[in-house]
Amino acid sequence: MKKFELNINQAHFGLFAMAIIGVLLLFGCGNQTNPYTSGDSGALSSDVASKVYVAPGEHDEFYAFMSGGFSGQIAVHGLPSGRLFKVIPVFSVDGEKGYGFNEETKPLLETSHGFVPWDDSHHPELSQTNGETDGRWIFINGNNTPRIARVDLSVFETAQIIEIPNSGGNHSSPFTTENTEYVVAGTRFGVPYPQKDVPISSYAENFKGMLTYVSVTDEGYMDIAFQILLPAYDYDLAHSGKGNSHGWTFFTTYNTEEASTLMEVTASQNDKDYIAAVNWKKAEEYIKAGNFQEVPAKWANNVYDEHTHMATSTMNDKVKVLIPSECPGLVYFLPTPKSPHGVDVDPTGEYIVGNGKLSADLTVHSFTKMLKAIENKSYETEVAGVPVLKFDEVVAGVVQEAGLGPLHTEFDAKGNAYTSFFISSEVVKWKVGSWEVLDRAPSYYSIGHLMIPGGDSKKPQGKYLVAMNKITKDRYLPTGPELCHSAQLYDISGDKMQLLLDFPTMGEPHYAQGISADRIKPRQKKFYPIEENKHPFRAMGEKDSRVEREGNVVHVYMTTIRSHFAPDNIEGIKVGDKVYFHVTNLEQDWDVPHGFSIMGANNAELLIMGGQTETLLWEPKSEGVIPFYCTDFCSALHQEMQGYVRVSPRGSNIALSWSLGEDEAVQ
Amino acid sequence: MLFQKEQNHMKQLPRILMIIASLGLLTLFLFPMWRITLYAPQYPTGVTMYIHINKIGGDSPGTLQNVNILNHYVGMKPIIPEAIPELKFLPIVVITFVVLGLIIAFFNRPKLFLTWAILASVLSLLGIYDFYLWEYDYGHTLSPDAPMKFPGASFQPPLIGTKVILNFVAESFPHTGGILAGISIFLAYVAWFVGIKKYPKNEISNSSDNISAGDKLVHTNS
Repeated sequence: MKKFELNINQAHFGLFAMAIIGVLLLFGCGNQTNPYTSGDSGALSSDVASKVYVAPGEHDEFYAFMSGGFSGQIAVHGLPSGRLFKVIPVFSVDGEKGYGFNEETKPLLETSHGFVPWDDSHHPELSQTNGETDGRWIFINGNNTPRIARVDLSVFETAQIIEIPNSGGNHSSPFTTENTEYVVAGTRFGVPYPQKDVPISSYAENFKGMLTYVSVTDEGYMDIAFQILLPAYDYDLAHSGKGNSHGWTFFTTYNTEEASTLMEVTASQNDKDYIAAVNWKKAEEYIKAGNFQEVPAKWANNVYDEHTHMATSTMNDKVKVLIPSECPGLVYFLPTPKSPHGVDVDPTGEYIVGNGKLSADLTVHSFTKMLKAIENKSYETEVAGVPVLKFDEVVAGVVQEAGLGPLHTEFDAKGNAYTSFFISSEVVKWKVGSWEVLDRAPSYYSIGHLMIPGGDSKKPQGKYLVAMNKITKDRYLPTGPELCHSAQLYDISGDKMQLLLDFPTMGEPHYAQGISADRIKPRQKKFYPIEENKHPFRAMGEKDSRVEREGNVVHVYMTTIRSHFAPDNIEGIKVGDKVYFHVTNLEQDWDVPHGFSIMGANNAELLIMGGQTETLLWEPKSEGVIPFYCTDFCSALHQEMQGYVRVSPRGSNIALSWSLGEDEAVQ
Repeated sequence: MLFQKEQNHMKQLPRILMIIASLGLLTLFLFPMWRITLYAPQYPTGVTMYIHINKIGGDSPGTLQNVNILNHYVGMKPIIPEAIPELKFLPIVVITFVVLGLIIAFFNRPKLFLTWAILASVLSLLGIYDFYLWEYDYGHTLSPDAPMKFPGASFQPPLIGTKVILNFVAESFPHTGGILAGISIFLAYVAWFVGIKKYPKNEISNSSDNISAGDKLVHTNS
């Protein structure tokens, strides 16, 4: 009996063992696991949700302005909730707001190449006073057709766009100085100077790299102050000094090899590229002394006037250029390892962090040592009249093997720095001065830039860090081949960073700025006072509404108020007319825009704020009675807010007339 | 001698009170008399109209237009300050009272103080009644073409206090100017009261030879 039992047990064991092997095989074939993500969603200990929960009706503590990248715009989010409030149209036309479609905003997108309706917006930068973000404006660069835009944060609208000549891709921009004296623009591409028809292989001989300083007045008006002619390196990013280093700007370069083909290899050969240190106060002296060349250059300067509600574009034809060989003390090169991307100045202004993107280390230069090296003329060599300082004489320290592919660093108020590492996909926290790594947190996935509110200013506001990630893969519900980019919010108030939240972003944010909401909220305009409206085609009240014909051009002076257009019936329009609807929104209340759209319009709608006038061009192509209506829900009678235009054949003798309500048609 | 002087000084108290009372009415030109605030979910901070002695304003230049826009949905007529005659003649009435009060203060006679106070009180009450009539008119005279009709409903705001009108809560209260004017009138009563209570009748007036029978009557009554 006993033996028999044993046999049965042996048989069971055999079956059991086979079953286990089968299961293992199944798992082994079907379920590979990624050690980086398995069992770890990037989260999260228990109570993180409450840290990002902004109760209904409550306001976020911070604004976050995220660049739209290839969308060309700026997205406005709240922190810590991540909620999206507005997309500000800047470099790209936006049918939603009629931006670039209505007659008033078209001039904002004028350039020396004509109307350019799109760009690639990269780096938002808040204006500063005494090195602190002040909430007046936010600047952003257009990378493709070199431009800088200024957005007025009292209305969250683009107020000015200035074109940068002698540039090929405006990447190291706009990065303000301590009191918004200047915003800067370094070219990402070397281009022939002046632009001309030359063989691409003559790069080293004919191509140059230009740095541009754009002055900003107290009213925000931007103008090109001067340009600095440098070798045809690729100028990548920049930051101006602060505190002691106020008066200087630092630009990273790559491609000091001056290659022009198969760049991913040829531009990555040098062990060290440069950080260009520009003494802009010195530049001001040279300009004042007349020590510059005035060269022909075509560039547009487009300004929006809040009283005429209209932009005007002015074309300029020259620019002042400083030549470093003729201006000693203007520019120095600081050797910095491996194609540095971000160059970030710590809140004290002493340390200049070079983020060598093809290395594992961060190189930190000392501003004091730099001044001493300049004083001692500790030059390694000289390039195109620019002294190259000895690496050992300027370097303050190295953050050793902190991660792979450092891109960009920001700071908190406690002497810590936070660097994004693209290749190893993480945020690394390290100590300024001791250069020791304190903490690291993974990002999902492939972080580009990061942002701490005030993190590139003299007074970081700390508390949160936002990582801008290039790749999301499995992080959100899939949306076909194109997936959203993503921001990740970390709590940095403690010793350890804590991931709190993922939220999707518009386009591809290359950088962002954050600011406490109380620096912006008190500046808000709720509407434009109607009595300050200076639009040449305004209608100051319904009695002023009318229709005028000049040949085949018809001007409709129209008003809106809840909930009707005046006039709402127009007759006597003919096929082939150019009809301009100048719509004045008479509302004087917050959050009551009216929309205007008409069937067959080849542009977009109008979205008119209270007290504003906007103009839509409409060219009727066939006869009939064409409806128009209000697109933005305005009241319980919004759906009744509509009208008709009667279009008669060419040469018809139907008289021009217009009306509202039961009044006799006025002629 | 010193005591005598002090007493003379004290005798000025009713006159001083009357001067303050008269000048106090001028605050009507500095501050609104009355405030009406409409609250609704979509108006979190409320829409506040201020009724001044000579104009109707609001918490923003667009307030009146916004109130009129709201009112037109139910067919109320627009509030047009230029069409309200009270805003033109009330300032004249108030100035008249200020001047009269100052003249009376010069004569320093309690009976005249009382007369002034009573007249001012009656006029104030008439003013409030007039205000009620305007409110009634706005709340009940509705256009037959109104987009929204609510049979039997009135949109009259409360005279004082709060009232629910459709989706709004309407609040109506006297404001700084109105309250200060009320205090001023009250001060005239105080001037009269102090005058007859604390001082013998023949010591009140500056010109003691010029006491009227009315003054005697008042004195005996008290």
